[in-house]
Amino acid sequence: MTTLLSVSDLRLSFGGLLAIDGLTFSVNEAEVVSVIGPNGAGKTSAFNCVTGFYRPTAGQIMLRGRSLRGLRPSAVAALGVARTFQNLRLFGELSVLDNVRAGAHLWLRQNVLDALLHTPRYRRSERECTEQAHHWLDFVGLRGDRYGEARHLPYGEQRRVEIARALARRPDLLLLDEPAAGLNHGEKTELLDLIRRIQALGVAIVLIEHDMGLVMEVSERVVVLNFGKEIADGRPEDVRRDPAVIEAYLGSDTHA
Amino acid sequence: MTRVPDTTPEGAPEDTVRSTAADTAESTGGSATAGAARAAAPDEATGEAVNETTNEAAGPARKTAEVRRRGAGRPPTRASRLLQNRWAGLAGLLVALLAPFVNATPYALSVMTSAAIFVMLAAGLNIVVGYCGLLDLGYVAFFAVGAYTSGVLATRLDLPLVATVPAVIVVTVVAGIVIGAPTLRLRSDYLAIVTLGFGEIIRITANNLDVTGGPSGIYGIPGLAGSPVAFYYLTVVVVALAVLGAARLGRSRIGRAWRFVREDEDAAEAMGVHTYRVKLAAYIAGAVWGGLAGVLFAAHLSAISPGSFTFLQSALVLMAVVLGGMGSIPGVVIGAIVISILPEILRDLADYRFFLFGVLLIAVMLLRPQGLWPARSKEVP
Ligand SMILES: Nc1ncnc2c1ncn2[C@@H]1O[C@H](COP(=O)(O)OP(=O)(O)OP(=O)(O)O)[C@@H](O)[C@H]1O
Ligand SMILES: [Mg+2]
Repeated sequence: MTTLLSVSDLRLSFGGLLAIDGLTFSVNEAEVVSVIGPNGAGKTSAFNCVTGFYRPTAGQIMLRGRSLRGLRPSAVAALGVARTFQNLRLFGELSVLDNVRAGAHLWLRQNVLDALLHTPRYRRSERECTEQAHHWLDFVGLRGDRYGEARHLPYGEQRRVEIARALARRPDLLLLDEPAAGLNHGEKTELLDLIRRIQALGVAIVLIEHDMGLVMEVSERVVVLNFGKEIADGRPEDVRRDPAVIEAYLGSDTHA
Repeated sequence: MTRVPDTTPEGAPEDTVRSTAADTAESTGGSATAGAARAAAPDEATGEAVNETTNEAAGPARKTAEVRRRGAGRPPTRASRLLQNRWAGLAGLLVALLAPFVNATPYALSVMTSAAIFVMLAAGLNIVVGYCGLLDLGYVAFFAVGAYTSGVLATRLDLPLVATVPAVIVVTVVAGIVIGAPTLRLRSDYLAIVTLGFGEIIRITANNLDVTGGPSGIYGIPGLAGSPVAFYYLTVVVVALAVLGAARLGRSRIGRAWRFVREDEDAAEAMGVHTYRVKLAAYIAGAVWGGLAGVLFAAHLSAISPGSFTFLQSALVLMAVVLGGMGSIPGVVIGAIVISILPEILRDLADYRFFLFGVLLIAVMLLRPQGLWPARSKEVP
C-alpha cells in the first residue's frame, strides 16, 4: 500500500480562531478514510486546505510526494483530486449533463479553432465528453431527467450529480463532505454501495460524515477532530471505543 | 497528469482564505432544506443559448442506448429545438439578405448596416456578460480601439482597410489583456466600476492624442466595398460569421467553462477550471469581436471621433444583451436589432422618441424580465 495523501501538522487560523490545530493523517491508494467530529471541529476547513480553497497557516500537504500548498484549487484538481461540497454546489441553471461535463473539462482535447471550425477533433471530443457524462450518471444511478436543469432535480438526486461530476474528473483521491446529509434511509444504503463501487475503481476516498453507521461500515480508518485538534486516528472499532472520542461526542453528559 | 499545474502568485500574506464562499460550517439540516428549496424553485432558465446536440455523430446503437436510459415521459416538442435555432438563424440571415430588395434607399441601407454592426457588438458583449457573467460597463472601449487602430493605420500608412485587420486583432487582444488582467482578479461589482472607468479612459485618450485626431477624429477612412449595397452585404456576412463563431464558442469546452464560472466559481475551480484564465479568455474574445465591429464601423462612416464611443454606447449594447436574453444568441441578435432600429422607427415623434424608447424598454423588461428570447439549458437528447 502506497501513501497517496499525507497531511502533517496542518494548522489554520482565522484571526484568533484556530480552526485546525495540528492535524496529521494519511490516506493510502484506494482506501476509505473518514474524518469525523462535532460541528465546527474543522473538518470542512481541512478539506478546503487540501483542495487549495484555504491557505493553511502551517503544515504540509503532500500528494504522492508533491506539495499541494500554495496551489490554486484548479491546480490541485489537475493533480487528481476531486471533491464535493457540504452545501451542494451544482451549476443549478445548467443541464445535469453539463454539470457532469465539467468534470471532464481537463480531459478534453479541443482548442478554440476546433470549436470555431467544428473539426472532427471537436466532434469527437464533444461526443466522448457526453458519453463520459452519461457513463458517470449511470454509475451513480441517477434516475431523474439528465437533460434538464440540475436545480429541478430532487435533493437526493442533486447529491448524486455532484458525485458524478467529481468522478468525471477521474480523480485518484475523492473528498466527500457529508454526502449522506439530508438523504433518507434508502438513499443512504445506495450511497454506501456507491462508495464501495468507487473504491473498487481504485479511487481513494476521504469522507466527512456524521452518520456513524455509514462511517463504521465503509471506513478502513477514522480520524476524529474536536475543536481543530486531532483526538484519535485508527480502525473504526478502536475509535468507537476510545474514551476521548466518546467524551468529545457526548460532552459532559458522560460524567453526569 | 495532463496539465501542468501552475502556482498561485505569492505576495498576498494575509490571504489565508482564498474563498469565503467555500463551505463554511453549516448544519446538515440547514443544507438539506436549502437544497430542497433550490430544487423546488420553478422559474425559467437562463443558460445555454443554442443547444446543438453534442452526440449528433453518435451511431444508432448509441441512440437506442440513450432511449433506454432515458425511459419514457419526455415531451416530444423539445426534440425540435435544435432545428428551431438552426432555422431561426437561417431565417434571420435570409431576412437580412432580402431587406435591400424591399427598401434600398441610402438612409435605409445605412440604418440596416448600423444595426448589423450593432448585432456584432452585442454578440461580443454576450460572451463576456451572458456566457461568463462578467458585468462590463465599458465595452465600447474595444469598439473604439478597433475603429481607431484601423482608421489611423489606413489613413496614415495609406493601407486598404482589410490590411489593418491583423493589426486590429493584435491590438484588441493586447487591450483585452491590459484591461482584463488586473480587473478580472476583482469581485464582479468592482469589475463593473473599473470597466466603466476604462471605457472613459480610452475615449478621453482618443480625445487628447494627436495621432487620433483629437476631438475632431479621423476623416477619409477608405471603405471596404464599392457601393453601400455591397458594403451592407459584406457587413451581413461578416456579422453572421461573428454570430456563428460566438455561438460555436459557447457550445465548446471554453464556452462551458464560461458558464461554470458564471454559475459557481468555486465549483468550477474544484473541477479544474482555471477561473482567472477562463475569464480572461472571455474578455479577450469579447475584445476581438468589439474591435472587428469597430473596423466595420470605421468603414461604414469613413470618419470616427470620440463622440461615437461614449458610455451611452456601452449602455446600449448592454441593454441589447439584457433585452434579448443574456447568454442567448438569437436573443441578443433580436435585442440588438430592436435597440438600433427602434429609435429610427420612432424618428417621426421627434423629441418624444427617446422618451418612448425608454418607456418601451421598461415595458419589455417588466413583461419579459428573462429577455425576448431567453437562453435555455434544456438539452435536446
Ligand atoms: N471562512 C471562514 N472564516 C472564518 N471562520 C471560519 C471560516 N470557515 C470556517 N470557519 C470556522 O472554523 C471552524 C471550523 O469550521 P468547519 O466548517 O471546518 O467545521 P466542520 O467540522 O466542517 O463543521 P460541520 O460539521 O458543522 O460542517 C468553525 O468555528 C467555523 O466557524
Ligand atoms: Mg463541515
